[in-house]
Amino acid sequence: MSAILVIEQLLNGLQSGIMLFLMAAGLTLVFGVMGLINLAHGSLYMVGAFAAAAASAATGSFFLGLVAALIGAAAAGAIIELTVLRRLYARDHLDQVLATFALILIFSEGTRWVFGSFPLFLDIPDLLSGPVTLPGGIQYPLYRLTLILIGLAVAAGLFWLIARTRVGIRIRAGENDREMIAALGVDIDRLYTFVFALGAALAGLAGALVGAIQSVQVGMGEPVLILAFVVIVIGGIGSIKGALIGALLVGLTDTLGSIFLPQLFRLFMDPAAASQIGASLASMAIYVLMAAVLIWKPTGLFGAKA
Amino acid sequence: MTRESYVNLACLAGLILIPLWAHVSDEPFTITLATRAVILALAALGLNIALGIGGLVSFGHAVFFGIGGYAMGILAHHAQNYTPIAEWPFLIEGTKSMPIIWLLATVVSGIVAFLIGLLSLRTTGVYFIMITLAFGQMLFFFSISWAEYGGEDGLAIYVRNGFPGLNTLVPLQFYGLCLAILLLALAFQWRLAKSPFGLALNAARQVPNRVKAVGLNPFKLQLVAFTISGMITGLAGALFADLNRFVSPTMFSWQLSGEFIVFIIIGGTARLFGPVIGAALFVIIEHVLGGISDYWHIWFGFLLLGIVLFGKGGVIGLLAGGAKAHD
Repeated sequence: MSAILVIEQLLNGLQSGIMLFLMAAGLTLVFGVMGLINLAHGSLYMVGAFAAAAASAATGSFFLGLVAALIGAAAAGAIIELTVLRRLYARDHLDQVLATFALILIFSEGTRWVFGSFPLFLDIPDLLSGPVTLPGGIQYPLYRLTLILIGLAVAAGLFWLIARTRVGIRIRAGENDREMIAALGVDIDRLYTFVFALGAALAGLAGALVGAIQSVQVGMGEPVLILAFVVIVIGGIGSIKGALIGALLVGLTDTLGSIFLPQLFRLFMDPAAASQIGASLASMAIYVLMAAVLIWKPTGLFGAKA
Repeated sequence: MTRESYVNLACLAGLILIPLWAHVSDEPFTITLATRAVILALAALGLNIALGIGGLVSFGHAVFFGIGGYAMGILAHHAQNYTPIAEWPFLIEGTKSMPIIWLLATVVSGIVAFLIGLLSLRTTGVYFIMITLAFGQMLFFFSISWAEYGGEDGLAIYVRNGFPGLNTLVPLQFYGLCLAILLLALAFQWRLAKSPFGLALNAARQVPNRVKAVGLNPFKLQLVAFTISGMITGLAGALFADLNRFVSPTMFSWQLSGEFIVFIIIGGTARLFGPVIGAALFVIIEHVLGGISDYWHIWFGFLLLGIVLFGKGGVIGLLAGGAKAHD
């Protein structure tokens, strides 16, 4: 096994991890600020991917597609926040789970109704296609490298937004004491809609970016949603930093596990059985990771509140 | 008698009379639908012990349903192919006998529920929801990658398994068997809710600190409840696989876990007959709306949204009043 393969897989893990972060960041913000568990976050990811696929098919431009993904997902997020979700902030988690489960059904079947059951394709733009040679002579797809850079840039922007801007101060204050900041004259309803639309736009962006390397289809959001749940459980609910670390851990564990676990078992088993057992274990590796973190820290790595 | 008892009696009468009527008027498909409703009700009833009485919102109960299904699938698969399950340390053969399948389904589900509970119950609230969901996905992906037992394609069992003294291939007889199990489970839950254990569990949901103060351990109570809950749902899984004569990874899917919760909420949380009414309504809605539109899930979604936002206490709450609050 060469060093090149290891570095390639590390980059792949980083890429899937940073895309997971875009999903998990919105989820953890919404939970931290509004106390809402939103299963329909995966639907917003799907909305972003479909908006991008439809817009880039109509205009021929991938970048207009990305803009459409951001706007489409943010709009869908704002609409469900205004019509449904704000009635749920004061309810218990069971009601939130059920209502957002209902939203998944509506979004998924609605999308199937409009676009049909066949997957759409979103092509990587010519500008970003093809491999790039990294230092050390490693060939790596330019598009995946771009995803890593976009993800890191968004992460940095998000940290800046939360830590340095007035909106960020309000978001953090809203997490701690909503009555107090409402009393200080902050329009809490508008703040909540903004936070929700922001999270939705991040999910939509991730959907569009990943949609170009996978296919754009109904139901694409839920597996990612569940991975994002694993991420925020590992990182600690409400913590953006935890979401970033958790996402990278999950991305790397998933990618490296599916490559190296079968090879590990091949050392002392026959190849067929080794790849069988290795693949089974690799598909469960991130959940084992989650269980291990929970035994060690029941509220996640960076979760202070119980 | 309270109004809820009348609702329960009406429900019981429906469970007995509708399939009998279908049998007389020779409509076996109606009996199959009723069997499906009864089995799904049993699965949701299992969940209701954890969710309704114990307040444990498990979003991963399809795990136990799937384990029950695969217990049936694996045993019957080996029996129909005349291959042993294991030859070492001693010979284990497959079987087509329902009682043995049920025993395996409940025991394995119980063990897995105990292990998942041991880890998940360290957390509460939204963490618990997400962790049970994640464990569900873990077993879902495991079943997909388990090529020996069909992987993604699942296992087809050609002939329904047998029960001593019955011909399970006759729809009414298989229905009667499933109904009998459901009624036993209902009786069990009724006794459980009134037992010292049930009362302590209910208290642990409402005020865990007081339960601790009187010297009981909420964690242990919840772990036992979660294990019992998983065993009942596992048994339902074995029956469901036998109804379809097919088992596949979709029995582990998170959508199914969500639907179990939906049954309970539609019927009425912590009501004895809540899961039964919820599952029956779901099967009827699925059948009626499914016949009208391929996209019936949309309308079901809106219906569910309406029930969550505006309806309190589910159907039983609507009919019998006096909603039992859940926390």
